[in-house]
This record gives sequence, structure tokens and C-alpha cells, in this order.
Amino acid sequence: MVQVQIWGSLKAMTGGEGELQVEAKNIREMLDRLAEAYPRLKPQLARGVSVSVDGKIYRDAWFTPLKPDSEIVLLPRLSGG
Amino acid sequence: MPLDEQKDLEVRDFRIVGKRPLRPDGVDKVTGRARFGADMTAPGMLVGRVLRSPHAHARIRGIDTGKAEALAGVKAVITSADFGEVDDDLVDILVNCMAHEKALYDGHAVAAVAAISHAVARKALKLIEVDYELLPHVMDVDAAMQADAPVLHEDAADESVPDGMSKNVVRRHEFGHGDVETGFAAADKVLERSFKTEASHQGYIEPHACLASMGPDGQADLWVCTQGHYMVRNTCAGLLGMDASQLRVTASEIGGGFGGKTTVFIEPVALALSRKAGRPVKMTMSREEVFRASGPTSSSSIDVKIGMTSEGKITAGWAELRYQGGAFVGSPVEFGAMSAFAAYDLENVQTIGWDVVTNRPKQAAYRAPGAPMAAFAVESVVDELCKHFDLDPLQVRMKNASSEGSKASYGPTFSKIGLPTVLKAAKDHPHYSAPLGPNQGRGVAVGFWFNFGGETCVSLNVNVDGTIGLSVGTPDIGGSRASMCQMAAEELGVPYEKIRTIVADTASLGYNDVTDGSRVTFASGLATIHAARDAIQKLCGRAAQIWGIDEDAVIWEEGYAKPAGENAGSFEPLSLAEIAATAANTGGPIAGHTEVNADGAGQSFAVHLVDTEVDPETGAVKVLRYTVFQDAGKAVHPSYVEGQFQGGAVQGIGWALNEEYIYGEDGRLQNPGFLDYRVPVASDLPMIDTVIVEVPNPGHPYGVRGVGETSIVPPLAAIANSVSAAAGVRLTHLPMSPPRVLKAIKANGQG
Amino acid sequence: MSQVHVSTKINGDATEFLCEPEETLLDVLRDRLGMTGTKEGCGTGDCGACSVTLDGRLVCSCLVLGAEAEGREVGTIEGVADGEALHPLQKKFLEHAALQCGICTPGFLVAAKSLMEQNADPSEEEVRYWLAGNLCRCTGYDKIVRAVLDTAQEMRSA
Repeated sequence: MVQVQIWGSLKAMTGGEGELQVEAKNIREMLDRLAEAYPRLKPQLARGVSVSVDGKIYRDAWFTPLKPDSEIVLLPRLSGG
Repeated sequence: MPLDEQKDLEVRDFRIVGKRPLRPDGVDKVTGRARFGADMTAPGMLVGRVLRSPHAHARIRGIDTGKAEALAGVKAVITSADFGEVDDDLVDILVNCMAHEKALYDGHAVAAVAAISHAVARKALKLIEVDYELLPHVMDVDAAMQADAPVLHEDAADESVPDGMSKNVVRRHEFGHGDVETGFAAADKVLERSFKTEASHQGYIEPHACLASMGPDGQADLWVCTQGHYMVRNTCAGLLGMDASQLRVTASEIGGGFGGKTTVFIEPVALALSRKAGRPVKMTMSREEVFRASGPTSSSSIDVKIGMTSEGKITAGWAELRYQGGAFVGSPVEFGAMSAFAAYDLENVQTIGWDVVTNRPKQAAYRAPGAPMAAFAVESVVDELCKHFDLDPLQVRMKNASSEGSKASYGPTFSKIGLPTVLKAAKDHPHYSAPLGPNQGRGVAVGFWFNFGGETCVSLNVNVDGTIGLSVGTPDIGGSRASMCQMAAEELGVPYEKIRTIVADTASLGYNDVTDGSRVTFASGLATIHAARDAIQKLCGRAAQIWGIDEDAVIWEEGYAKPAGENAGSFEPLSLAEIAATAANTGGPIAGHTEVNADGAGQSFAVHLVDTEVDPETGAVKVLRYTVFQDAGKAVHPSYVEGQFQGGAVQGIGWALNEEYIYGEDGRLQNPGFLDYRVPVASDLPMIDTVIVEVPNPGHPYGVRGVGETSIVPPLAAIANSVSAAAGVRLTHLPMSPPRVLKAIKANGQG
Repeated sequence: MSQVHVSTKINGDATEFLCEPEETLLDVLRDRLGMTGTKEGCGTGDCGACSVTLDGRLVCSCLVLGAEAEGREVGTIEGVADGEALHPLQKKFLEHAALQCGICTPGFLVAAKSLMEQNADPSEEEVRYWLAGNLCRCTGYDKIVRAVLDTAQEMRSA
């Protein structure tokens, strides 16, 4: 089980929950489980997210391992200019 | 081996990293030999030109190209009808490159021609008849949010936008944690202020330019000035219905981008013209077209509310940001909302962002997109609160600074960051305590950018004479080839001059993300280091074979393969050149590769100090002194790090004091040229002093943090704080051009 | 054909070309003569990227007609170095990292060389005002000004 924090405007898609619990060993599984448990998150997940795991930010790395005590935060997909 | 499992940051004495060697592409650039976007030609080449809407908003009832097609010397005319169906994620880009049912802004492309000369092309454009039905337009972000505003798109809003809002409101974003009302209740003073910033342009001196050449077999070559030629390839292939492998894109030298060349404008049009004409087509944008029809920044309207105790502790921060991104979804208000309070360790913070469409060109990234405006608003309020309590502004920043272990306002917990170190460097610097004269003021502001890594491929080839050919896939916009050579030289232990770095075309390397996000020294650098280590492993393997010992028994030291210890045998060290000379005999050519999606980019924080003088009779502002303090993690080439600090600061100065898009009542851009869109010139400015702070990023072998973008985040705020102090009145509308400053002074009763 | 025949000297070499009456010297240099070192940044004389000298005088080549080069001497970036030997300005620009993207560099070098010929000991202010007609968006001008002042000093002591 891992805890995933989502950002404020996504809470409307999860019934107001900001901290979600899913069973996942890596980022891909975590995103898939979130989409299953909260189908209204699907559009944003499809658009793309970055994931912060213990302060390190990943953009697309599906198989990044997650530990049960990892701090996991969903972020909009980061880019720049 | 996944990069995570390798050692990340190592502490070491560097031989060449951290020094200031001459850049390898420098001589070409000082002699005029370097080839930029418009410097390429091809036999039989045609000139392409675009017909652009003169209306801010109009339905296109029909386009008659017959007369243009019949003109002698015209080889192709295209409209949106010449493009097929594209994937959903490309629709907006396609429509921006070539209008479909509506012209959405003054300058929106509606048709294009390819002809044998500029003169014929210009005549042909005049012969194209477009039947426009004028529609009402809306230009201002707040006006576009009103219920009665003219609507651009019926269905652009998504599930994040509450019911009942104007259809021009297309996205809503929210970030934060804690409870701001509780926080405000605990404050000794709560200040709420509103701010506006006008749209500005990246202002790169080189207009967009490309040369497209498609053959009858559907294979094409494209020469283009861009920050991301792989992005151009993928996007253009998608827009033209081609396989990615059919399109080879070569990145020319690029004359500035700053985010404005991270997308496409004329490139798909040039390819479509070339396809239709069966000949190469060269297209350039005039300066007027660059202003009207490339990608300026958003204009913004921001409300900020901050609570502070009399000791200077911020108890809560709240902001609502409204940005217009032109005629399509995608203003960077999301990043603005995420970064607004990033420098502060807050228990209670909430930011809300609204993305709004207006009849302006589609915005493109501008160096830390979304962050400078947000920092302007937040730092202005913090500054006013400091003055209210008579507290030292840097002291207050230090008291509330994010540091390792703080929960960022956008969610994650920060790992090692340089903000406290940067703040201290600023506080200790003589600039901070230098005396000021009449009508002079000092401003302080903090800035931040996330940075990221991204997909990166590097190929490092060992030549038979021991020199090295390094191929990277990230266009060099700031001198990165020098840094790549330094990092490769450092790893391999060979002289810097023995390494040549080129930016390879899309057929030669795997995919590389765009040069943006301050990612090149970090990601291409990291990839270069690992490719060098890969090559070293192979070189050691060859030495092992030559000596007849185990590969594990060979080490690499200062450019030589050596036996690992006495037990390995007593062999004379073999230099890289010696091993390279016999490569054909020992297994073939020697090369190192990395293909990686680089994660672990480190944030870069900055503090800017600026002194200005305001002329109370004219409102003119003079910048007297400017110092940039920024965390580079590890400055590979300090001169180019300083260059990023200075360049970003000066763009910020222009944005803060003079640069703005001025539209008439008719929705047409009135100042599409450098005369009236006034960027800073040499006589406007003092020297820009720089202090490089190095708090290493644990995610990079040398500790590198990207620096290119953070430098534009503090200046708007720092200058506004300085000018407000000098003028004796708070300025809340950027740019602070002389008329605005004068008006504020007079309204304050001092004129 | 209504093209104009022009005989001129470019970087000391006798040159002839044909051009339309309305073509600018910038267009001629780049598109007719293949000398792409001189750049177009704006086409309206506001950015200085097209700087050349005309009979020794610093001008924006986008504001000069190709036909106006008749019988005169044009100096471009391609003529600043002496064969293999870089001009001191070019060396100093490299040493001081006075260029990032490099698109404005040819214009700055032509303009700065012109300054060196007029004033061997310019102050920082004089350098900044002389170069105010050359826009740079990457560097903030700091390292450019330092490079020019350093060059002036070196050339004075040579």
C-alpha cells in the first residue's frame, strides 16, 4: 500500500480526498490503480503527470519502485522554456 | 543499469569542470561562418510566405486561391484544406499554424504560397481572396472571463471548470495545503493586493526560419532553428501524416529561443508547401510576423493575500491567478500557481489558477513560464508587509525560507536546496548595505524554478587518433557544447581540445526532449558523463584483452588504462589514443552510449538585489545596480552560468520597465517591431553582477542544477519593489513604463 | 529585366552583382552573394544585426539599397578577421564569453570595430551608447561591454 498526495483541483474528482491509498509497487501500477479507483482522474492522468517520490521528480518512468513509506506526490507534467 | 543505482553525487577535485575554456563553436560565431535558420539554401528553392488575418476574430466563410495559383512563378498555394485529420493532441497546434473555421487573432495564418521569389510571393498573397465575417473580440483576461464576453470556442473547457463560467475559462488549477483562514486569523496583519502584468515576447533576435524539402517519395528534410528538432520532427510528421522516420530534421544554430522556439509555427506550412510544389521551400518570419504570430507570454491579473506576524513569520499565503494564453488552451497559470509561494515554508497555503482564452496569438513558453508574474505579485506583498512591520526584507525571507525538509507549496518535500545559502550570500554582500540617494530605492526578491531532466541520448565515439566525437541531441542555446566537452574530458582524462561536440540530426540519435526546462547541462551532461563511463568500460576491456588479464583487473586513470594493482600484472599504462589506434584489431570501433529519461533534476533558487532611481518629473526609471545570487549546484563553465544569470535578469528588466503588447480597440497589435516594443539596450543598463552559489544537486554526478530559467523569475518583483521604494508609491501594474510611474506618483499626491 | 548592375568592393574584393531596384544591401549580401554572416533581425533598422560599414561608416544594411553600393566599399563580418588571424575584438569576445547564441555577434563586432577606429579609449558609457543600436537578448550586454573595453585597452598598449 502506498499513499499518494494529489493537488487541490483534483480533489473534486476524488470526492474531496487529497491523500489516496492504493496497492502499487511502482509508478505505473500506482497510476493504473488510481485510474481504476477514481475514474474521474482519468482525463488528467491521460494528459500526463509528473510524480515526486521522496522529493525526486519523475516525468515518465513507469517502473520507478515505490516503498510503503515513500512520499508520493502527483504534479502537473513539468516542462519549461 | 538504471541510473538510480549508480552513484549519484560524488565529491571530487575537478580538472576542467569549473574552468573557463573557450567554447568549441566560438570561432564560427565570431566570424559569421556559423549557419543559423535562414542561412541555408537548396537548388531550386522557392520562397514561402504566409497570408495572415488582419482581424482579431472572424469566421472564415471561404478562401479563393484561384488568382494566386494562376500567377506566373507561383508553384503552390495551401490552406487548412491541405492538411488532413490529426490526433487530438495536435489539433490546437495545427489550427494555430493554419486557421480552420475562424481567424482567432490578428496575424493568424489563413493561407500560404510558395513562389520563385519574394516579390512574386508577396503579389500572390494579395491575390488570395478571403471572405471574413467579423466577430466581436476580447483581449483582456478579466474581460474574457465575464459572462457577456465574446466566446472563442464552444467546447474548450474541461472537467476542472465549474458550471456557469464564461466559455473562455478553459481550465482551473488549485494547489496548497493546510487552512489559510486559520493562518490569517493568527496573523498580526493581513494584506490583500491585486496586480496586473501585460504580455511580453521572448524577443529573440533571430526570427523563425526553416528550409523544407520533400521528395516525391514522401521523405523530407527540414533545416530549422529550434530548441527541439526531435519535437519538430514528431509534431510535423503528425501534422503531415508522415512516419517519423520519413522526416529528418537538422537543428541549425539558433539565434535565441527562451521558450519561444519550443513549438512550431511555419515549419509544417513549409513542409506542406514543399510537398505540393515538389521543390524545397524556404520560409522566414519577418519581425512583424514574429510579434503578431509566434508565441508571446500570457498577460495576467493576480490577487494575493498574505498574513504575517509582527516578528515576520508568514502564517498564510493565498493567491488567485488569471492568465490568458491567447486563443488556445494552455497558459502557464498552472506553473504560476505552483511556483508562487515555492520559496516559503508555509503551513497554510492555497493558490488557484484560471486559464483563459482571448483573441491573441497562442502563447509559448518564456523562460520559467508562469513564474515571473506570480513572483511579482507575491514578492510585492511580502515587501509591503516587511515595510509595514519595519523588518529587514532578507531577514524575513530567511525566517520563512523553504529548505531541506520543507513541504513545498506545490506538494513534495524538498530535498537539498540552495535557498538558505543564496539568501545568506545576498545578506552578506556589500550591495545590500550600500547607501542610497534621493529618489533611489532598493528591491529584493526571491525566485525559483522546478527544472526537469527528460529524454536524452548521447553517443560518444572514439576516433582512431584518440580524439573524441560527441553527438548530443539538444540544440545549444547558451554555450552547452563547451560544458559537454568539459564533462567528457573530465571523465575520460583527455584534453578538452581533443573533444568535438556536435548537435546531431534526428536520424542519428534516439529521441531527445526539447532544450528547455533548464535541462541541458543537467540531462545531456549526465548522459555525456555516463556515455564516457560506458566508453571507458569498453576501453578497459580492450586493454584487458591486449594484456591477457581479466576486465575487472583494469582501471582507468587520467586518460590511461592501468592494471588495477600489483596482482594484475606489471603492464605499461595504455593511453586512450593507443587503445584507439588498434581498435580494429581488438573488436572494432569503440563508442559509449547513453539513452536515458533523466530524472532527479534539482531546483534552482535565486535572490536578486536591484537599486533604481526614479525621475519624479517624467516617471523614467534608471537601473543603477543589479546583483544576481543563484544556486547552480555545480557550475561546469562559470562564464556561461554567469551569462544565464545576466541574460535572464535583463529580460526581466525589460519586462518590468518597458516591454508590453499594445493592442488597439480593433484588436490589432500596434507595436510589432523593436522600435515600439522596447527591449533593453546597452545604454539602459549597468554591469550585472553575479554570485554563483553551489549547493550540489544529489541527482547529478557533479551536482549540476539547471540555471537558465530561474534568472527571469525574481527581476519583475525585485524591480517593482525597488521602484516602489524609490517612487514612494506601490506599483502594481507592469510594465512600469514612465507614464504608469508618473501616474502613480501623481495619484499619490507627490507630483 | 529591370535589374540594376552594381560594381562595388566588399571586404577589399571587387564584386559585381545584379539586383532589383528595391532590394536592400542586406538581401544582396545574403541571398545574391551567399554572405550569410550579416543577419536580418528586424528589417527596419532597429536591431543592428545587419550592421556593415559603407565607406567606413557604420550602417544598417537593411536600410541601404543594394544599388547604393555602386562604387563604394562595403565592410562585413566576413572581413573583420585577417585570413586566419582573428581581430583582437573577436578574440576578446571569445575570452569574455561575450556571446551566447551568437546571432547578434556579427553586428556587434562590426559596430565595435567601427568604434575602435573612431575612439581608441572609450569609457564604459561611450561603449554602451555606441552599441545602443545593437540588440542582444541573451547576454544582458555585460560581457560584451567588458570585451570591448578590454580590447581597447589591449590595442592601446600594442
